[in-house]
This record gives sequence, structure tokens and C-alpha cells, in this order.
Amino acid sequence: MKHLLSINDLDKDFAITILDTANEMARVSEGPVKKLPTLRGKTVVNLFAEDSTRTRISFEAAAKRLSADVINFTAKGSSISKGESLKDTAQTLQALGADAVVIRHPASGAAHRLAQGRWMNGTVINAGDGTHEHPSQALLDAYTIRKHLAGGKGDLKGLRVAIVGDILHSRVARSNVLLLTKLGAEVVLVAPPTLLPHEVQAWPVKISYDFNSVLPTVDAIIMLRIQQERMSDLYFPSDREYSTLFGINSERLALTKSGSILMHPGPMNRGLEISAEVADSAQSVVVEQVANGVSIRMAILYLFIAGSQELVNG
Amino acid sequence: MVKKILIKGGSILGETKMDILITDGLISEIATNIESVSTEIIDATGFVILPGFVDLHTHLREPGRENSETIATGSLAAARGGYVAVSAMANTLPVADTSAIVEQVLAIGKSVGLVDVFPIGAVTKGLEGHELADLGSMAHSNAKVRVFSDDGNCVSDPLMMRRALEYVKQFDGVIAQHAQDPRLTEGAQMNEGAVASTLGLKGWPAVAEEAIIARDILLANMVGSRLHICHVTTKGGVEIIRWAKSQGMKVTAEVTPHHLLLTDESANSYDPIYKVNPPLRTQSDIEALREALVDGTIDIIGTDHAPHPVESKECEWQNAAFGMVGLETAFPILYTTLIKNGRISWQRATEVMSSAPARIGGYSNHGRTISVGEPAHIAIINPSGKFVVDRAKLASKSKNTPFHGMEFEGIVVATLFNGHLTHKVGN
Repeated sequence: MKHLLSINDLDKDFAITILDTANEMARVSEGPVKKLPTLRGKTVVNLFAEDSTRTRISFEAAAKRLSADVINFTAKGSSISKGESLKDTAQTLQALGADAVVIRHPASGAAHRLAQGRWMNGTVINAGDGTHEHPSQALLDAYTIRKHLAGGKGDLKGLRVAIVGDILHSRVARSNVLLLTKLGAEVVLVAPPTLLPHEVQAWPVKISYDFNSVLPTVDAIIMLRIQQERMSDLYFPSDREYSTLFGINSERLALTKSGSILMHPGPMNRGLEISAEVADSAQSVVVEQVANGVSIRMAILYLFIAGSQELVNG
Repeated sequence: MVKKILIKGGSILGETKMDILITDGLISEIATNIESVSTEIIDATGFVILPGFVDLHTHLREPGRENSETIATGSLAAARGGYVAVSAMANTLPVADTSAIVEQVLAIGKSVGLVDVFPIGAVTKGLEGHELADLGSMAHSNAKVRVFSDDGNCVSDPLMMRRALEYVKQFDGVIAQHAQDPRLTEGAQMNEGAVASTLGLKGWPAVAEEAIIARDILLANMVGSRLHICHVTTKGGVEIIRWAKSQGMKVTAEVTPHHLLLTDESANSYDPIYKVNPPLRTQSDIEALREALVDGTIDIIGTDHAPHPVESKECEWQNAAFGMVGLETAFPILYTTLIKNGRISWQRATEVMSSAPARIGGYSNHGRTISVGEPAHIAIINPSGKFVVDRAKLASKSKNTPFHGMEFEGIVVATLFNGHLTHKVGN
């Protein structure tokens, strides 16, 4: 296995191996020396053709903790903003001797285009492509859920997870649906019908338009960011109505199962899909998701670049 | 000197073997065995002789986008595909919305001389949908335009469509509609369905096509005009047209070779070689389109030959151009999918490739029978010949074929245009 483009690139066992490896990586990050020599001499390029803060920093931190050389290549101020094609960028990366490219791109399938092999060699890690997938986010979400609700090991059998909001445009939702169901969890999507993909019935999920009835039945709730421009595209009447029907606030939090956790991939729109009190509540694991993101990305880089599936400490 | 060509031993429309003698561009004799001292003999033993093909939907890109195709390279591609006439779509730069442009296209086509190039006129100025183009001037120009289309864009304003349909009646024109509701397809990338949902590519709903087809059929019927629906792609569109024809309404319809063969599943690769407008649909749509071609609901094959330079496809899907080349693969696809298995006869194949498009376009010199006195527009087919599509060998200036590496049967071995050999395998 060479590239991580989609959760479909992982079988269940390997997905669990990534989560287990992340456990080991977390131990490294908690230790006095937060660094492993594993990727010494390897070059990792962060190719970010779309604005991103946490994912880029997370991958950068992960690569550095594994002693890789990191080159950051972002849209602003680079040749990408001057209209350079993805092909030319890829060929540049090839010339630079990149062992791996972590790509964030506004176009769905951009990571696939890099990985088809005609423009560059090297491992391609999809860090979010358009409205397609965001595999490392799903892995860190699964890791977070497993840590809190499944003893930090094995799969997610018996757990029920709600993903709430703009499913249609969400790469986080697509990757999470694939991964969480692969790991045995049950997934329920909560959204207005306008923000669900066409033929979503074919997905291995349940659908609900009634957030309140779902809340007491789930162990984890993943809230998705709602983009302001969706309103002008007629997906819903107003942000007020959206917030009333599909946002989470203290009243809704009171309906949740005890011990359940609340997640958000960030950045949050406080007051829109999530109220400030809820974002900062004890059930919220949003900040922890960020920390877990580094461990997961260390595991991904290690397993995909070093080409070994053995655990770090054997 | 009188130029003579003798085609020996071919079977006309797949029936009796006949020799065909061509003298000065006309078919001068048809008989079981013609002895001739003619200068050139084509051995057509085992081959099928068809009237030369007529394409009602061709993007030749000249003027303005000669980096993709020129009238010369497009004409050669057409000849290789068995075509003797093509219809140059109006979305050039500048747009073919005045008599000057259509006359220029006509003149260049004539000087190239490999096929008849019939210019299609724009329905609206600049294809912008705001004002009618110079429909009458184009009709009365040397190009004698009869087919009008904003193809690439839909004439979406219902009043504009009504007026255009009514106006072109005075010279027996036809409006060829690119049926695509613009509002329902803003930013759309591929067929709206399970595949698009998984891939995160913006969906292009079937109803965006079907709603316009239904509306325009009703408009055309009300004003008594001729309507032609370009590139039908959906089962629902087929059903609407079938109903209209059952009511005796004057509508004709076309299907492209690629929509008879490829589905939206091909987008799973994210390779924009499969990106086309209208988009590739599902297997059940393909079945409906094939059946419609068999039963006459769909009248013709139109290639929608749409050349694009390499850089327009070597990129991310959403930034890539829509379209695929098709002139050189159209007949082999028809043969492989519908003729070989007997679903359509050679007679029906002749209708959809030649006589029906000629009739719709008003190209009176084309789509005629193979009989004495007729112009020698002929395609010679080797039904048992097989070939693998190699994009590098295409005559078209652009290589954006989705069929690269695929094997088809039914090779066009030779094409005669006005008695001139414009294509011969091996030459």
C-alpha cells in the first residue's frame, strides 16, 4: 500500500493498525523527548493549495517528530497562486525528491490525480480534497472515539455515532461514514434533506431529520461546520433556523446519553452549529481531537513512508 | 480526363454483392460484374457499402481555437470516420452568429475539400441568450444555414426559445437545443447519483435535461416548428420524446456514441478524459438510449466531437474542459454495440448515420441511396475488422478520446466524397 487517498484504501485490520500505532506515537509525544528518528533523511512536502491551519500544522508537527525534512508549499505566495497547474507542481515536487506529499486541495480527486503516477512518484497522503474525503480526520475521530468509549483498542462495534450538518459538502463526513462503519460502528446522519447527498440511501447509514430524537441514542456526536454561503445557495432559509433545528446548545446537550462525547473537526462557528457553552463543556473533546491529530498523522506517515506495518516499539 | 473508380465485390447495405462504378463523382453503374479499364479499383470483397456518414454535431473549433482543431484536421478526422459531411457548431471565437462567420467556415471547408462542412448558426448573439443572432442573414447567406444551435449553452429563456422556433419557420430552419437548465446545473461536474455523491463531485441532475426537453417539445408543437434535441442522455428524456412522437409532434433527437457506451462509473478514476457535457449517465440510461435508437425514438447518431488540447484535461476534474473527440470512433462503437449483435440492421444504421441527419439538416446532396446517378458519397466497412483505439494515431488535432486502448469491430476501410477517395486504410 502506497497512498492514502480514501478510507477505501484501508482494510479494517490496517485501519486498526493505524489507530494502535497512534497509541504508541501518543506515548512518544507525552515523553520528555518528543522525537523519533524513523523518517530521518526522508522529505515530506506539505502541499496546501487551500487555506488550512490545523491540518497543515498537525502534519508538519507529525513529520518533524519523526525527523523528516519538511517542506511547506502553500497556495498563497507560491506558484500555485500564479496559476501553475497541478501537473507542473507535481513535477517540481518530483524534482525536489519528495518521498511523500501531503496534499490539501479544493478540487475533489486532486490527490488521486497526483497519485496516478504519471507526474510524480512518492507517497500521496490526502489531507482533504474538495468535498470528497479527509481520511486523516476520520482516523483521528475514530481514535478519539475509541479512546473514550472503547478502551483505546480494537474496533468500534456496538457504538453509535451521529454526524450532524452539511453532509453534502463534507469530506469529513464521507471519510467518517466509510471508516466508522468499517470499524463496526453504526452511523446516523442528521441534516436537512437539502444537505444530504443524492442517493444517500445507498450509504451504510441511517438518516434522521430529527436531531432531538437522535441525541439520546448516540455515544458520539460529530458536528460539522456550516458554511455561511450555503444560505445564499438556498440550502436552508436562515442561519437562525439552521441553528434552531440542527445546532447543538445546552438544551440539546441535556438530551445526550451520559458518557457521550461531542466532537467537531474545526474550525467551529460558535453560535451557529454549536453554542459557546457546549463547545467548552465537559463533553466536548474538540481540543483533544487536535492533539490526537498529531499522533494519527505520525502513525500515517510512519506506516506509509517507512513502509513498515510493525509497531514502533515492536 | 474522366476519372473513374470501381468498387468491386462489396455488398450494398449488407445485401447482394455488387460492383459500383463511379464516374466523375457520380455513381454511373451498379452491376454484378463490371469490367472496366478504370484507373483505380477498390477491392471491397467481404465489405459492406454504405452511404457516406453525416454528422449533425461537430465542433471544429475554427475560427478561434485552432490549438484544439482546425477545419482541415477535423475534416480529415471525419473522413477517417466514414463521414462525408459535418455540421460545424457555432461556439467558435468569434461565435458563428453572423453571415460573415458562417460564410468563412463554409469557404474554408470547401477549400479543404475532404467533407462538406455545413455551418450551424448561433440562435442568440454570442451564445449569450439575450438577443437573437442574425438568423435570417445566415439562412440567406452562401452558407444557407438551416440548423441553429447555441450548443454548449442551452437556450434557457422560454420566450427566446419560442421566438427562435417561430422565426426559423420562414426558411424551414430547425433549432438544435442543448437541453440543460442552467440553474439546476450551476457548477455541475457529473451525473447526479450515487457515484457523484461518493466522489464529492457536484451533481448534474437528469431533470435538468428532461425539463428542457419537455418544455421545448410543447413550445415547438404550439408554434408548429421543427425542434431537434442534441445529445439525449437520460431514460426520462427518451420517454418524453417517445411520447411526443406518438402524438405526431415534429421533434427529432440525437445520441452520441459515448453516451451509448460509457457510464458515470468511469469518473471513479477522477480522470477528466471522461468529463463531458452532458455527463455520462448510468447503465439503465444506456439501455434506454440503445432501445430508443432501435425503435426510432432517437433518430440519429451525432458525435458531439469536442476536441480539447492536452492541458485542458491534464488537471483536476473540476478544472478540466468538458468534451471528447468522436468522429473517428463513432461507427465502430455503433457497430460493436448494436449492429454486430443484430439489434439494428444495416438499413437502420444507414438511417441513423446518414439519411436522417441529412434530412434534419436539409443537406439535400447527402444521405441519399446508393444508386445510379447519385453523388458518390460512400463509406466502406469491414465488419470483421478489429482495431484498438490509439489516441496517438487519431487524425484529430486533439487526442482527448476516452476510448484509448479499447477494442472495437467494424472498421471504416475507405471513404469516398464526391467520388474522391478521402480515406483508405493502409494509405
